[in-house]
Amino acid sequence: MGVDGISVLFVLLTAFLMPLCIAASWRSIENRVPEYMIAFLVLETLVIGVFCALDIVLFYVFFEFGLVPMFLIIGIWGGARRVYAAFKFFLYTLLGSVLMLAAILAMIGVAGTSSIPELMAYKFDPNLQTWLWLAFFASFAVKMPMWPVHTWLPDAHVEAPTAGSVILAGILLKMGGYGFMRFSLPMFPNASEMFTPLVFALSVIAVVYTSLVAFRQTDIKKLIAYSSVAHMGFVTMGIFSGNAAGEQGALFQMISHGVISGALFLCVGVVYDRMHTREIAFYGGLVNRMPWYAAVFMLFTMGNVGLPGTSGFVGEILTMTGVYQASTWTAIVAATGVILSAVYALTLYRRVIFGELANPKLAAIEDLDWREWVIFLPLIVSTLYLGVQPNSVFNVTAASVDQLVSVYRAAVGG
Amino acid sequence: MTFSTDIGLAFPELILAGAALLLLVWGAFAPRMTAAIAAAAVVALLGAAFAAATGPLGRAFAGGLIADDAAVFAKVAIYAASAVAIPLGQSWFERRGVKNFEFPVLIVLAALGMGMMASAGDLISLYVGIELHSLALYILAAMHREDGKASEAGLKYFVLGALSSGLLLYGSSLIYGFAGSTVFADIAAVAGQPGNTGLLFGLVFLICGLAFKVSAAPFHMWTPDVYEGAPTPVVAFFAAAPKLAAMVLFARVLAEGFAGAIPQWQQVLVAIALISIFVGAFAGLAQKNLKRLWAYSSIANIGYAVLGLAAGTNEGVQAMLVFMVLYMIDVTGFFACLAALSRQGRAMETIEDMAGLIKQQPGIALAMTAFSLSALGLPPFSGFFAKIYVFKAAIDGGLTWAAVLGLVGSVVAAFYYLRLIKVMWFDAAPGATDKPAFEARLIGVGLALFSFPVVVLALRGLDQAAARAAAAFGLA
Repeated sequence: MGVDGISVLFVLLTAFLMPLCIAASWRSIENRVPEYMIAFLVLETLVIGVFCALDIVLFYVFFEFGLVPMFLIIGIWGGARRVYAAFKFFLYTLLGSVLMLAAILAMIGVAGTSSIPELMAYKFDPNLQTWLWLAFFASFAVKMPMWPVHTWLPDAHVEAPTAGSVILAGILLKMGGYGFMRFSLPMFPNASEMFTPLVFALSVIAVVYTSLVAFRQTDIKKLIAYSSVAHMGFVTMGIFSGNAAGEQGALFQMISHGVISGALFLCVGVVYDRMHTREIAFYGGLVNRMPWYAAVFMLFTMGNVGLPGTSGFVGEILTMTGVYQASTWTAIVAATGVILSAVYALTLYRRVIFGELANPKLAAIEDLDWREWVIFLPLIVSTLYLGVQPNSVFNVTAASVDQLVSVYRAAVGG
Repeated sequence: MTFSTDIGLAFPELILAGAALLLLVWGAFAPRMTAAIAAAAVVALLGAAFAAATGPLGRAFAGGLIADDAAVFAKVAIYAASAVAIPLGQSWFERRGVKNFEFPVLIVLAALGMGMMASAGDLISLYVGIELHSLALYILAAMHREDGKASEAGLKYFVLGALSSGLLLYGSSLIYGFAGSTVFADIAAVAGQPGNTGLLFGLVFLICGLAFKVSAAPFHMWTPDVYEGAPTPVVAFFAAAPKLAAMVLFARVLAEGFAGAIPQWQQVLVAIALISIFVGAFAGLAQKNLKRLWAYSSIANIGYAVLGLAAGTNEGVQAMLVFMVLYMIDVTGFFACLAALSRQGRAMETIEDMAGLIKQQPGIALAMTAFSLSALGLPPFSGFFAKIYVFKAAIDGGLTWAAVLGLVGSVVAAFYYLRLIKVMWFDAAPGATDKPAFEARLIGVGLALFSFPVVVLALRGLDQAAARAAAAFGLA
């Protein structure tokens, strides 16, 4: 077990979001509370284990067993179609990870060690790298999730309880990105270079296509879920750009997305706790009754769009810079995704918050209470702080990222 | 070899044979003393396990009986599993008003046969061992005499078992005819030469017969019916130990008798393994009865064990042994849990019966969850480590594509294990369950604790024991 500049941030993110999740479940979870808390704490243990593991088998143990508590969280405390969503989540991810298991076993057989640092130093045969890379890709692409294997995510998000969505978007998706940075890039650099066009193509499709899909959603949570897929498209692009700006951007984007999308799911949770529906059409004109909520929601929507001053901007601009150096066309097409994200996010905001208070059921809706303020304040502070002081993250990651990029560059001879 | 050293090598078998005869006579004169007879049978089994573990090693009776590390490894596991089955079955039968002293005696006889299978050094002792344990198992399956289904299961098992014995005998006679000897070591000398088609023909029959005994597809048809009909604790017994005995025998025949023909039997075994994995995974999806479901699960899991063996390496045999022992623990534990459960006197056997179990019997439900996840091969449960061994051996042995297919099969199977977990955890219970029998609950929960976390500590010792056992076969 151990951490470096890449993993320590994820450990911090996990430790930061978990208490907020538990606070967010304070009132919405009424039955089987002890089991719920056990599931969350077990999940936290496993996630931190994933980010800290220095042995590849241990990594797999944590990575895989993380499915069980999440399966139970979605299945027991989820919405109406929770069983379907839980099964879909579990089976998709399992199929990806068993292929990774085969690759892990092959790697141990070839290199004769299961220690991650030693495997990083081992030079795999380029031909074998291709297969290993594909197997790892199968696992991480599902986890991330990348188009076209993203379809489990909207279902899982929609059916999971609020806190489950936050963890899913905030932390579990990051395991895919972390996996790419920890395994695919340093261990199989030649294969990574070979498959970069594929990853770019899939990421661009993800960014543009899922943004358009998001625009058509009628369910708030589903919209945010699709926007997560789009943002993760930026992350994969950044990781596979293979230069320092791209890597830093991808890392930053993951941290920032963890905070912002988590916050957005919490925002949905606030109105869902009160009204028990997530239909966009049900709401409208909330600003009249909930001015503070409108302000908070506004901040995170802007963060999601990537407004300068919020953390979303830093990640996006850096990723785009990195990708631009690697492939101009990819960057140009992906940039349209930035515009599209503004389109769907602002439309959502307009339809939920602005306008007349049309629905009479909303007349008695309450603004944020102190518990919700306690949850949102740290998120607001970190979004803005990361937006103006991104160096606080880069100082931590710089050494590890430089190391990663130099190893990669040396291996592919660039 | 003198007769006295031969007798020394067969000491565990002699203990069991003597004990079985004595207990039978005791039971005939004092049929009411079932508890004492059961206790004596457990003592005899544990004594035989101790004798096997500490006894001398060597070959006895002109190579007919082998006492090596592999035989010791298998015998200790088999005798221990049999000893666990006795209290489990005894309490189950007593709760149903069946008081019979034959149950422990039959288990001892079956254990004797299985021990002989693990030690078989020629085709004759192979056949005698298989028949001895099979006959005991046929009767055990039909033990619950008032239950029509149990009698049906026993009869089905017997008829199909007789068919497989026929295949075995036919194969053995072909091998004998072409090799000129029944001893594996002598057969090996002939099998190493090229172009011996008749011998390979016999081997295929032999493999078919053995595949029937381990219930590998496509010789699995009897398994779901027999599991469904037979009394649950009996299933807990014969889903575990006989499989290990037959797998060790399988390894012995192939490694000792046909080490020169690895490419020939490897393709047969890979085919059997993959068919088993996929039949087990897909057919299990449609099952409503838990015993049938676990029958298919055991077919799939035997497929993984056969895959390890198919690697044709020392590592593969070791992986198979580790896998089988860990799998025995899962399957015994699961059926022990199932034997413990009933609702208003009616056995709970379908998936729907398990609804809301986590609320009513949290200990048993947690144990069953652990066994399901373990059989599914999810870390950190014992089944995960078992599968790691097998797949690593398969990949190192050059069967990467088969390993990948096997892993994909395990994802399909994941669905039915998850459904069981879903029903236990998510659904509401239809009514209160009866108080579970103490022995069954103890065994179920204890084995679940072994599945995780004890396995993490025990794995090193098991690994070393299996490595020593596998080395006895002398594969590369």
